[in-house]
Amino acid sequence: MPDAARDQLASAVREHAGRLAAALMRVTGDFATAEDLVQDAVLAALQHWPTEGIPERPDAWLFTVARRRAVDGFRRADNYRAKLAQLQWPVQPAEDERLQLIFTCCHPALPREAQVALTLRVVCGLTTAQVARAFLVHETAIARRITRAKRKITDAGIPYRVPADDELAARLTEVLTVIYLLFNEGYLGTAGPPQSRDLAEEAEWLATLLHRLMPAEPEVAGLLALIRLHRARAAARFAPDGALVLLEDQDRSRWDREAIADAARLLTRAARRQRPGPYQLQAAIVACHAEAERWEDTDWEQIVLLYDMLLHLAPSPVTRLHRAIAVRYTSGARAAMAELDDLGGDLGEYYLYHAGRAELLRELGHPDEASAADRRALELTANPAERAVLRQRLA
Amino acid sequence: MKYVLLFVGTEEFDRDLEAMGPAERERAVQRVMDWLATHGDKIRGGSKLQSPETATTVRLDRGEPVITDGPFVEGKEVVSGYTEIEVADLDEALRMVRTWPGCPIVEIRPLV
Repeated sequence: MPDAARDQLASAVREHAGRLAAALMRVTGDFATAEDLVQDAVLAALQHWPTEGIPERPDAWLFTVARRRAVDGFRRADNYRAKLAQLQWPVQPAEDERLQLIFTCCHPALPREAQVALTLRVVCGLTTAQVARAFLVHETAIARRITRAKRKITDAGIPYRVPADDELAARLTEVLTVIYLLFNEGYLGTAGPPQSRDLAEEAEWLATLLHRLMPAEPEVAGLLALIRLHRARAAARFAPDGALVLLEDQDRSRWDREAIADAARLLTRAARRQRPGPYQLQAAIVACHAEAERWEDTDWEQIVLLYDMLLHLAPSPVTRLHRAIAVRYTSGARAAMAELDDLGGDLGEYYLYHAGRAELLRELGHPDEASAADRRALELTANPAERAVLRQRLA
Repeated sequence: MKYVLLFVGTEEFDRDLEAMGPAERERAVQRVMDWLATHGDKIRGGSKLQSPETATTVRLDRGEPVITDGPFVEGKEVVSGYTEIEVADLDEALRMVRTWPGCPIVEIRPLV
Protein backbone atom coordinates (compact mmCIF):
# COMPACT_ATOMS: atom_id res chain seq x y z
CA MET A 1 0.00 0.00 0.00
CA PRO A 2 1.36 3.46 -0.82
CA ASP A 3 2.36 5.65 2.14
CA ALA A 4 -0.43 8.17 1.61
CA ALA A 5 -3.12 5.49 1.63
CA ARG A 6 -1.55 3.87 4.66
CA ASP A 7 -1.54 7.18 6.55
CA GLN A 8 -5.13 7.82 5.60
CA LEU A 9 -6.16 4.38 6.78
CA ALA A 10 -4.28 4.83 10.06
CA SER A 11 -5.83 8.20 10.74
CA ALA A 12 -9.35 7.00 9.92
CA VAL A 13 -8.98 4.13 12.36
CA ARG A 14 -7.43 6.40 14.96
CA GLU A 15 -10.19 9.01 14.68
CA HIS A 16 -12.97 6.51 15.15
CA ALA A 17 -11.75 3.53 17.19
CA GLY A 18 -11.66 5.44 20.48
CA ARG A 19 -15.07 6.99 19.90
CA LEU A 20 -16.51 3.58 19.13
CA ALA A 21 -14.91 2.18 22.31
CA ALA A 22 -16.46 4.99 24.34
CA ALA A 23 -19.88 4.44 22.76
CA LEU A 24 -19.77 0.68 23.35
CA MET A 25 -18.54 1.24 26.86
CA ARG A 26 -21.57 3.38 27.55
CA VAL A 27 -23.91 0.67 26.32
CA THR A 28 -22.29 -2.38 27.85
CA GLY A 29 -20.66 -0.79 30.90
CA ASP A 30 -18.04 -3.48 30.46
CA PHE A 31 -14.57 -2.35 29.46
CA ALA A 32 -13.31 -5.74 28.31
CA THR A 33 -16.31 -6.36 26.05
CA ALA A 34 -16.16 -2.91 24.52
CA GLU A 35 -12.45 -3.33 23.94
CA ASP A 36 -12.82 -6.75 22.29
CA LEU A 37 -15.53 -5.47 19.96
CA VAL A 38 -13.48 -2.48 18.89
CA GLN A 39 -10.46 -4.65 18.23
CA ASP A 40 -12.56 -6.96 16.05
CA ALA A 41 -13.90 -3.98 14.12
CA VAL A 42 -10.41 -2.52 13.65
CA LEU A 43 -9.09 -5.85 12.36
CA ALA A 44 -12.01 -6.05 9.93
CA ALA A 45 -11.29 -2.51 8.74
CA LEU A 46 -7.63 -3.29 8.15
CA GLN A 47 -8.72 -6.29 6.14
CA HIS A 48 -11.36 -4.56 4.00
CA TRP A 49 -10.41 -0.92 3.64
CA PRO A 50 -7.11 -1.35 1.79
CA THR A 51 -8.90 -3.08 -1.10
CA GLU A 52 -12.41 -1.65 -0.86
CA GLY A 53 -11.38 1.88 0.08
CA ILE A 54 -12.19 3.78 3.23
CA PRO A 55 -15.98 3.99 3.56
CA GLU A 56 -17.72 7.35 3.46
CA ARG A 57 -18.71 7.00 7.10
CA PRO A 58 -15.87 5.03 8.73
CA ASP A 59 -17.48 5.40 12.14
CA ALA A 60 -20.77 3.88 11.00
CA TRP A 61 -18.90 1.07 9.23
CA LEU A 62 -16.89 0.20 12.34
CA PHE A 63 -19.99 0.41 14.47
CA THR A 64 -21.93 -1.92 12.20
CA VAL A 65 -19.18 -4.52 12.35
CA ALA A 66 -18.94 -4.26 16.13
CA ARG A 67 -22.69 -4.52 16.51
CA ARG A 68 -22.91 -7.53 14.21
CA ARG A 69 -20.13 -9.29 16.11
CA ALA A 70 -21.85 -8.58 19.39
CA VAL A 71 -25.25 -9.74 18.22
CA ASP A 72 -24.18 -12.71 16.12
CA GLY A 73 -22.23 -14.69 18.55
CA PHE A 74 -19.96 -12.78 20.72
CA ARG A 75 -19.24 -15.54 23.16
CA ARG A 76 -19.52 -13.64 26.41
CA ALA A 77 -22.00 -11.01 25.36
CA ASP A 78 -25.27 -12.74 26.20
CA ASN A 79 -26.27 -10.03 28.61
CA TYR A 80 -25.29 -7.24 26.24
CA ARG A 81 -26.69 -8.78 23.10
CA ALA A 82 -30.19 -7.41 23.63
CA LYS A 83 -28.93 -3.95 24.42
CA LEU A 84 -26.57 -3.93 21.48
CA ALA A 85 -29.24 -5.20 19.12
CA GLN A 86 -31.30 -2.13 19.85
CA LEU A 87 -28.39 0.18 19.47
CA GLN A 88 -28.57 2.57 16.57
CA TRP A 89 -25.84 4.54 14.92
CA PRO A 90 -24.94 7.29 15.40
CA VAL A 91 -24.75 6.90 19.13
CA GLN A 92 -24.94 10.51 20.15
CA PRO A 93 -22.61 11.22 22.99
CA ALA A 94 -23.18 14.67 24.43
CA GLU A 95 -19.45 15.13 24.66
CA ASP A 96 -16.31 13.38 23.67
CA GLU A 97 -16.17 10.48 26.10
CA ARG A 98 -12.68 9.45 25.17
CA LEU A 99 -11.35 11.22 28.25
CA GLN A 100 -12.86 8.54 30.51
CA LEU A 101 -11.32 5.95 28.24
CA ILE A 102 -7.87 7.52 28.57
CA PHE A 103 -8.04 7.77 32.35
CA THR A 104 -9.14 4.16 32.69
CA CYS A 105 -6.36 2.90 30.39
CA CYS A 106 -3.79 4.90 32.37
CA HIS A 107 -5.06 3.99 35.83
CA PRO A 108 -2.16 3.84 38.32
CA ALA A 109 -3.31 0.40 39.51
CA LEU A 110 -2.22 -0.99 36.12
CA PRO A 111 1.44 -1.63 35.36
CA ARG A 112 3.04 0.94 33.07
CA GLU A 113 3.47 -1.47 30.15
CA ALA A 114 -0.20 -2.37 30.28
CA GLN A 115 -1.21 1.30 30.42
CA VAL A 116 0.79 1.91 27.27
CA ALA A 117 -0.51 -1.12 25.38
CA LEU A 118 -4.12 -0.50 26.40
CA THR A 119 -4.00 3.17 25.45
CA LEU A 120 -2.61 2.32 22.03
CA ARG A 121 -5.23 -0.33 21.42
CA VAL A 122 -8.31 1.27 22.88
CA VAL A 123 -7.74 4.98 22.32
CA CYS A 124 -5.60 4.93 19.16
CA GLY A 125 -7.07 1.79 17.61
CA LEU A 126 -3.83 -0.08 17.08
CA THR A 127 -3.98 -3.84 16.72
CA THR A 128 -2.06 -6.10 19.06
CA ALA A 129 0.29 -6.92 16.18
CA GLN A 130 0.98 -3.22 15.58
CA VAL A 131 1.69 -2.60 19.26
CA ALA A 132 4.02 -5.60 19.31
CA ARG A 133 5.90 -4.40 16.23
CA ALA A 134 6.28 -0.88 17.60
CA PHE A 135 7.87 -2.15 20.80
CA LEU A 136 9.75 -5.06 19.22
CA VAL A 137 7.96 -7.40 21.60
CA HIS A 138 6.35 -10.71 20.73
CA GLU A 139 2.65 -10.45 19.94
CA THR A 140 1.67 -13.05 22.52
CA ALA A 141 3.41 -11.01 25.22
CA ILE A 142 1.35 -7.93 24.33
CA ALA A 143 -1.84 -10.01 24.14
CA ARG A 144 -1.15 -11.43 27.58
CA ARG A 145 -0.49 -7.96 28.99
CA ILE A 146 -3.78 -6.67 27.56
CA THR A 147 -5.79 -9.64 28.80
CA ARG A 148 -4.40 -9.35 32.30
CA ALA A 149 -5.03 -5.59 32.40
CA LYS A 150 -8.62 -5.95 31.20
CA ARG A 151 -9.27 -8.63 33.79
CA LYS A 152 -7.90 -6.36 36.49
CA ILE A 153 -10.06 -3.43 35.35
CA THR A 154 -13.16 -5.58 35.76
CA ASP A 155 -12.23 -7.63 38.82
CA ALA A 156 -10.56 -4.90 40.86
CA GLY A 157 -13.27 -2.35 40.13
CA ILE A 158 -11.15 0.21 38.29
CA PRO A 159 -13.71 2.90 37.49
CA TYR A 160 -14.56 4.34 34.10
CA ARG A 161 -14.68 8.06 34.68
CA VAL A 162 -12.66 11.23 34.84
CA PRO A 163 -11.09 11.42 38.32
CA ALA A 164 -12.44 13.84 40.92
CA ASP A 165 -10.81 17.26 41.17
CA ASP A 166 -8.63 16.41 44.15
CA GLU A 167 -7.24 13.36 42.32
CA LEU A 168 -6.98 14.90 38.90
CA ALA A 169 -3.46 16.31 39.15
CA ALA A 170 -1.88 12.99 40.14
CA ARG A 171 -3.91 11.03 37.61
CA LEU A 172 -3.15 13.46 34.83
CA THR A 173 0.55 13.07 35.55
CA GLU A 174 0.09 9.35 34.97
CA VAL A 175 -1.56 9.96 31.57
CA LEU A 176 1.12 12.45 30.53
CA THR A 177 3.83 9.96 31.50
CA VAL A 178 2.29 7.34 29.21
CA ILE A 179 2.12 9.77 26.28
CA TYR A 180 5.66 11.03 26.89
CA LEU A 181 6.95 7.48 27.08
CA LEU A 182 5.29 6.68 23.75
CA PHE A 183 6.84 9.75 22.23
CA ASN A 184 10.32 8.92 23.49
CA GLU A 185 10.00 5.35 22.32
CA GLY A 186 9.04 6.55 18.85
CA TYR A 187 11.34 9.53 18.61
CA LEU A 188 14.50 8.23 20.24
CA GLY A 189 13.87 4.53 19.82
CA THR A 190 14.91 2.26 17.05
CA ALA A 191 16.53 3.98 14.10
CA GLY A 192 15.42 3.53 10.54
CA PRO A 193 12.09 4.02 8.80
CA PRO A 194 9.05 4.09 11.06
CA GLN A 195 7.05 0.93 11.53
CA SER A 196 3.55 0.61 10.15
CA ARG A 197 2.42 3.08 12.79
CA ASP A 198 4.82 5.62 14.17
CA LEU A 199 4.68 5.93 17.97
CA ALA A 200 5.82 9.55 17.96
CA GLU A 201 2.87 10.35 15.72
CA GLU A 202 0.49 8.44 18.01
CA ALA A 203 1.90 10.40 20.95
CA GLU A 204 1.33 13.73 19.22
CA TRP A 205 -2.17 12.70 18.28
CA LEU A 206 -2.94 11.65 21.87
CA ALA A 207 -1.51 14.88 23.27
CA THR A 208 -3.57 16.87 20.76
CA LEU A 209 -6.72 15.01 21.74
CA LEU A 210 -6.01 15.45 25.44
CA HIS A 211 -5.34 19.14 24.94
CA ARG A 212 -8.66 19.51 23.15
CA LEU A 213 -10.46 17.68 25.96
CA MET A 214 -8.63 19.51 28.77
CA PRO A 215 -7.79 22.94 27.34
CA ALA A 216 -7.31 24.52 30.78
CA GLU A 217 -4.49 22.16 31.82
CA PRO A 218 -1.18 23.89 31.10
CA GLU A 219 0.91 20.74 31.48
CA VAL A 220 -1.08 19.05 28.70
CA ALA A 221 -0.34 22.02 26.45
CA GLY A 222 3.27 21.86 27.63
CA LEU A 223 3.66 18.23 26.61
CA LEU A 224 1.98 18.88 23.26
CA ALA A 225 4.32 21.83 22.61
CA LEU A 226 7.31 19.70 23.62
CA ILE A 227 6.35 16.94 21.19
CA ARG A 228 5.68 19.40 18.37
CA LEU A 229 8.94 21.27 18.93
CA HIS A 230 10.84 17.99 18.59
CA ARG A 231 8.90 16.74 15.60
CA ALA A 232 9.24 20.08 13.79
CA ARG A 233 12.98 19.39 13.60
CA ALA A 234 12.81 15.66 12.90
CA ALA A 235 13.80 16.01 9.24
CA ALA A 236 17.25 17.33 10.18
CA ARG A 237 18.00 14.69 12.82
CA PHE A 238 19.21 11.98 10.49
CA ALA A 239 21.70 12.12 7.64
CA PRO A 240 20.74 10.43 4.36
CA ASP A 241 22.71 7.36 5.46
CA GLY A 242 20.59 7.11 8.63
CA ALA A 243 23.26 8.47 10.98
CA LEU A 244 22.17 10.72 13.84
CA VAL A 245 23.12 14.38 13.31
CA LEU A 246 23.98 16.28 16.50
CA LEU A 247 22.02 19.44 17.24
CA GLU A 248 25.09 21.58 16.64
CA ASP A 249 25.56 20.17 13.13
CA GLN A 250 21.93 20.07 11.99
CA ASP A 251 20.87 21.91 8.86
CA ARG A 252 18.46 24.35 10.45
CA SER A 253 16.94 25.32 7.12
CA ARG A 254 15.24 21.93 7.23
CA TRP A 255 13.46 22.76 10.47
CA ASP A 256 9.77 23.56 10.17
CA ARG A 257 9.84 27.18 11.36
CA GLU A 258 6.10 27.59 11.16
CA ALA A 259 5.46 24.54 13.35
CA ILE A 260 8.08 25.78 15.81
CA ALA A 261 6.41 29.19 16.04
CA ASP A 262 2.99 27.54 16.54
CA ALA A 263 4.31 25.35 19.34
CA ALA A 264 6.01 28.33 20.99
CA ARG A 265 2.72 30.24 20.93
CA LEU A 266 0.94 27.26 22.45
CA LEU A 267 3.54 27.24 25.21
CA THR A 268 3.20 30.98 25.84
CA ARG A 269 -0.57 30.63 26.20
CA ALA A 270 -0.08 27.77 28.68
CA ALA A 271 2.44 29.79 30.68
CA ARG A 272 -0.14 32.56 31.14
CA ARG A 273 -2.02 30.24 33.47
CA GLN A 274 0.91 30.55 35.87
CA ARG A 275 0.98 26.88 36.77
CA PRO A 276 4.45 25.86 35.64
CA GLY A 277 5.32 22.18 35.44
CA PRO A 278 8.00 19.84 34.14
CA TYR A 279 6.56 19.55 30.63
CA GLN A 280 6.17 23.28 30.14
CA LEU A 281 9.73 23.80 31.31
CA GLN A 282 11.15 21.07 29.11
CA ALA A 283 9.25 22.53 26.17
CA ALA A 284 10.63 25.99 27.00
CA ILE A 285 14.17 24.56 26.96
CA VAL A 286 13.58 22.87 23.61
CA ALA A 287 12.06 26.12 22.32
CA CYS A 288 15.29 27.94 23.19
CA HIS A 289 17.10 25.57 20.86
CA ALA A 290 14.41 25.51 18.20
CA GLU A 291 14.09 29.28 17.98
CA ALA A 292 17.83 29.90 17.58
CA GLU A 293 18.61 30.70 13.94
CA ARG A 294 22.12 29.29 14.34
CA TRP A 295 23.82 27.17 17.00
CA GLU A 296 25.82 30.25 18.04
CA ASP A 297 22.57 32.11 18.72
CA THR A 298 21.43 29.63 21.40
CA ASP A 299 20.41 31.44 24.58
CA TRP A 300 22.34 29.27 27.03
CA GLU A 301 21.81 31.61 29.99
CA GLN A 302 18.08 31.16 29.60
CA ILE A 303 18.48 27.39 29.21
CA VAL A 304 20.49 27.09 32.45
CA LEU A 305 17.85 29.17 34.21
CA LEU A 306 15.07 26.91 32.93
CA TYR A 307 17.00 23.84 34.08
CA ASP A 308 17.25 25.41 37.53
CA MET A 309 13.48 25.82 37.61
CA LEU A 310 12.99 22.28 36.34
CA LEU A 311 15.32 20.92 39.04
CA HIS A 312 13.37 22.84 41.62
CA LEU A 313 10.10 21.21 40.51
CA ALA A 314 11.41 17.77 39.61
CA PRO A 315 14.92 17.06 40.91
CA SER A 316 16.67 14.32 38.96
CA PRO A 317 20.29 13.40 38.21
CA VAL A 318 19.56 13.24 34.47
CA THR A 319 18.26 16.83 34.51
CA ARG A 320 21.38 17.87 36.43
CA LEU A 321 23.45 16.23 33.71
CA HIS A 322 21.67 18.23 31.00
CA ARG A 323 22.11 21.39 33.02
CA ALA A 324 25.83 20.68 33.35
CA ILE A 325 26.08 20.29 29.57
CA ALA A 326 24.44 23.73 29.19
CA VAL A 327 26.76 25.23 31.84
CA ARG A 328 29.66 24.44 29.51
CA TYR A 329 28.41 27.21 27.18
CA THR A 330 27.79 29.80 29.90
CA SER A 331 30.68 29.18 32.30
CA GLY A 332 33.13 26.97 30.44
CA ALA A 333 34.17 23.33 30.38
CA ARG A 334 35.85 23.39 33.77
CA ALA A 335 32.71 24.55 35.56
CA ALA A 336 30.66 21.96 33.68
CA MET A 337 33.14 19.24 34.62
CA ALA A 338 32.87 20.17 38.29
CA GLU A 339 29.11 19.62 38.10
CA LEU A 340 29.50 16.31 36.27
CA ASP A 341 31.95 15.04 38.88
CA ASP A 342 29.15 15.14 41.45
CA LEU A 343 26.93 12.95 39.28
CA GLY A 344 29.25 9.98 38.75
CA GLY A 345 27.65 8.03 41.57
CA ASP A 346 24.10 8.35 40.23
CA LEU A 347 24.80 8.19 36.51
CA GLY A 348 27.83 5.94 36.25
CA GLU A 349 25.81 3.50 34.13
CA TYR A 350 24.25 6.14 31.86
CA TYR A 351 25.88 6.51 28.44
CA LEU A 352 25.17 10.24 28.14
CA TYR A 353 27.09 10.96 31.33
CA HIS A 354 30.21 9.40 29.80
CA ALA A 355 29.60 10.92 26.37
CA GLY A 356 29.25 14.36 28.00
CA ARG A 357 32.43 13.85 30.02
CA ALA A 358 34.27 12.83 26.88
CA GLU A 359 33.43 16.11 25.19
CA LEU A 360 34.56 18.14 28.18
CA LEU A 361 37.76 16.13 28.60
CA ARG A 362 38.58 16.70 24.94
CA GLU A 363 38.06 20.44 25.32
CA LEU A 364 40.18 20.48 28.49
CA GLY A 365 43.05 18.79 26.65
CA HIS A 366 42.80 15.18 27.88
CA PRO A 367 42.29 13.20 24.65
CA ASP A 368 43.13 9.79 26.13
CA GLU A 369 40.70 10.12 29.00
CA ALA A 370 38.14 11.44 26.53
CA SER A 371 38.46 8.33 24.38
CA ALA A 372 38.14 6.10 27.43
CA ALA A 373 34.92 7.92 28.38
CA ASP A 374 33.56 7.53 24.82
CA ARG A 375 34.35 3.82 24.92
CA ARG A 376 32.50 3.52 28.22
CA ALA A 377 29.53 5.36 26.69
CA LEU A 378 29.59 2.97 23.74
CA GLU A 379 29.37 0.00 26.10
CA LEU A 380 26.32 1.48 27.76
CA THR A 381 24.01 2.23 24.82
CA ALA A 382 22.32 -0.18 22.45
CA ASN A 383 20.74 2.52 20.31
CA PRO A 384 22.28 2.14 16.82
CA ALA A 385 22.15 5.87 15.99
CA GLU A 386 23.87 6.86 19.23
CA ARG A 387 26.44 4.10 18.79
CA ALA A 388 27.28 5.39 15.32
CA VAL A 389 27.99 8.89 16.67
CA LEU A 390 30.27 7.52 19.40
CA ARG A 391 32.11 5.22 16.99
CA GLN A 392 32.75 8.15 14.70
CA ARG A 393 34.24 10.12 17.57
CA LEU A 394 36.49 7.24 18.47
CA ALA A 395 37.66 6.65 14.89
CA MET B 1 -17.66 -3.47 45.48
CA LYS B 2 -16.15 -5.23 48.43
CA TYR B 3 -12.46 -5.18 49.15
CA VAL B 4 -10.23 -6.39 51.91
CA LEU B 5 -7.53 -4.01 53.04
CA LEU B 6 -4.52 -5.96 54.22
CA PHE B 7 -2.40 -3.89 56.53
CA VAL B 8 1.26 -4.74 56.31
CA GLY B 9 3.86 -3.82 58.89
CA THR B 10 7.62 -3.56 58.46
CA GLU B 11 10.45 -4.10 60.90
CA GLU B 12 11.23 -0.39 60.77
CA PHE B 13 7.63 0.50 61.59
CA ASP B 14 7.67 -1.88 64.55
CA ARG B 15 10.93 -0.38 65.81
CA ASP B 16 9.54 3.15 65.53
CA LEU B 17 6.45 2.09 67.42
CA GLU B 18 8.62 0.45 70.07
CA ALA B 19 10.67 3.62 70.47
CA MET B 20 7.62 5.78 71.14
CA GLY B 21 6.82 7.06 74.59
CA PRO B 22 3.41 6.16 76.05
CA ALA B 23 1.81 9.51 75.16
CA GLU B 24 3.09 9.38 71.61
CA ARG B 25 1.93 5.81 71.17
CA GLU B 26 -1.45 6.79 72.55
CA ARG B 27 -1.70 9.47 69.86
CA ALA B 28 -0.70 7.03 67.14
CA VAL B 29 -3.40 4.62 68.25
CA GLN B 30 -5.90 7.46 68.42
CA ARG B 31 -5.13 8.45 64.81
CA VAL B 32 -5.96 4.91 63.70
CA MET B 33 -9.16 4.91 65.76
CA ASP B 34 -10.15 8.24 64.21
CA TRP B 35 -9.53 6.87 60.73
CA LEU B 36 -11.67 3.82 61.47
CA ALA B 37 -14.42 6.07 62.83
CA THR B 38 -14.28 8.41 59.82
CA HIS B 39 -14.75 5.50 57.44
CA GLY B 40 -17.07 3.54 59.71
CA ASP B 41 -19.90 3.63 57.19
CA LYS B 42 -17.79 1.70 54.67
CA ILE B 43 -16.14 -0.78 57.01
CA ARG B 44 -17.81 -4.17 57.24
CA GLY B 45 -15.46 -5.83 59.69
CA GLY B 46 -11.90 -6.73 60.32
CA SER B 47 -9.37 -6.96 63.07
CA LYS B 48 -5.83 -6.45 64.08
CA LEU B 49 -3.88 -9.73 64.06
CA GLN B 50 -1.63 -11.18 66.72
CA SER B 51 2.06 -11.02 65.90
CA PRO B 52 3.43 -13.35 63.19
CA GLU B 53 5.23 -15.43 65.84
CA THR B 54 1.81 -16.72 66.84
CA ALA B 55 1.02 -17.94 63.32
CA THR B 56 0.75 -21.60 62.39
CA THR B 57 0.88 -22.72 58.78
CA VAL B 58 -0.52 -25.97 57.40
CA ARG B 59 0.55 -27.21 53.96
CA LEU B 60 -1.84 -29.62 52.31
CA ASP B 61 -0.11 -30.13 48.96
CA ARG B 62 2.57 -32.52 50.16
CA GLY B 63 0.72 -35.72 51.01
CA GLU B 64 0.03 -35.58 54.72
CA PRO B 65 -0.75 -32.10 56.07
CA VAL B 66 2.48 -30.46 57.23
CA ILE B 67 2.17 -28.18 60.20
CA THR B 68 4.83 -25.54 60.76
CA ASP B 69 5.35 -22.66 63.09
CA GLY B 70 5.16 -19.15 61.66
CA PRO B 71 3.50 -17.36 58.70
CA PHE B 72 3.47 -18.97 55.24
CA VAL B 73 5.99 -16.49 53.89
CA GLU B 74 8.94 -15.57 56.04
CA GLY B 75 9.62 -11.95 55.39
CA LYS B 76 10.27 -8.56 56.79
CA GLU B 77 6.83 -7.38 55.77
CA VAL B 78 3.97 -9.13 57.53
CA VAL B 79 0.22 -8.77 57.51
CA SER B 80 -0.76 -7.20 60.80
CA GLY B 81 -4.46 -6.68 60.30
CA TYR B 82 -7.32 -6.45 57.83
CA THR B 83 -10.64 -4.75 57.26
CA GLU B 84 -13.38 -5.53 54.83
CA ILE B 85 -14.82 -2.45 53.14
CA GLU B 86 -17.68 -1.79 50.77
CA VAL B 87 -17.19 1.12 48.37
CA ALA B 88 -18.17 2.09 44.83
CA ASP B 89 -14.91 1.24 43.11
CA LEU B 90 -11.14 1.04 43.40
CA ASP B 91 -10.75 4.82 43.34
CA GLU B 92 -12.88 5.14 46.47
CA ALA B 93 -10.82 2.44 48.17
CA LEU B 94 -7.65 4.24 47.13
CA ARG B 95 -8.98 7.51 48.46
CA MET B 96 -9.60 5.87 51.86
CA VAL B 97 -6.25 4.17 52.00
CA ARG B 98 -4.33 7.30 51.06
CA THR B 99 -5.04 8.77 54.50
CA TRP B 100 -4.39 5.56 56.51
CA PRO B 101 -2.29 6.67 59.50
CA GLY B 102 -0.97 3.25 60.63
CA CYS B 103 1.47 0.74 59.16
CA PRO B 104 3.36 1.76 56.00
CA ILE B 105 1.92 -0.72 53.45
CA VAL B 106 -1.68 -1.53 52.55
CA GLU B 107 -2.74 -4.09 49.97
CA ILE B 108 -6.19 -3.63 48.44
CA ARG B 109 -7.71 -6.91 47.33
CA PRO B 110 -11.17 -7.16 45.76
CA LEU B 111 -13.47 -9.88 47.07
CA VAL B 112 -15.02 -12.33 44.63
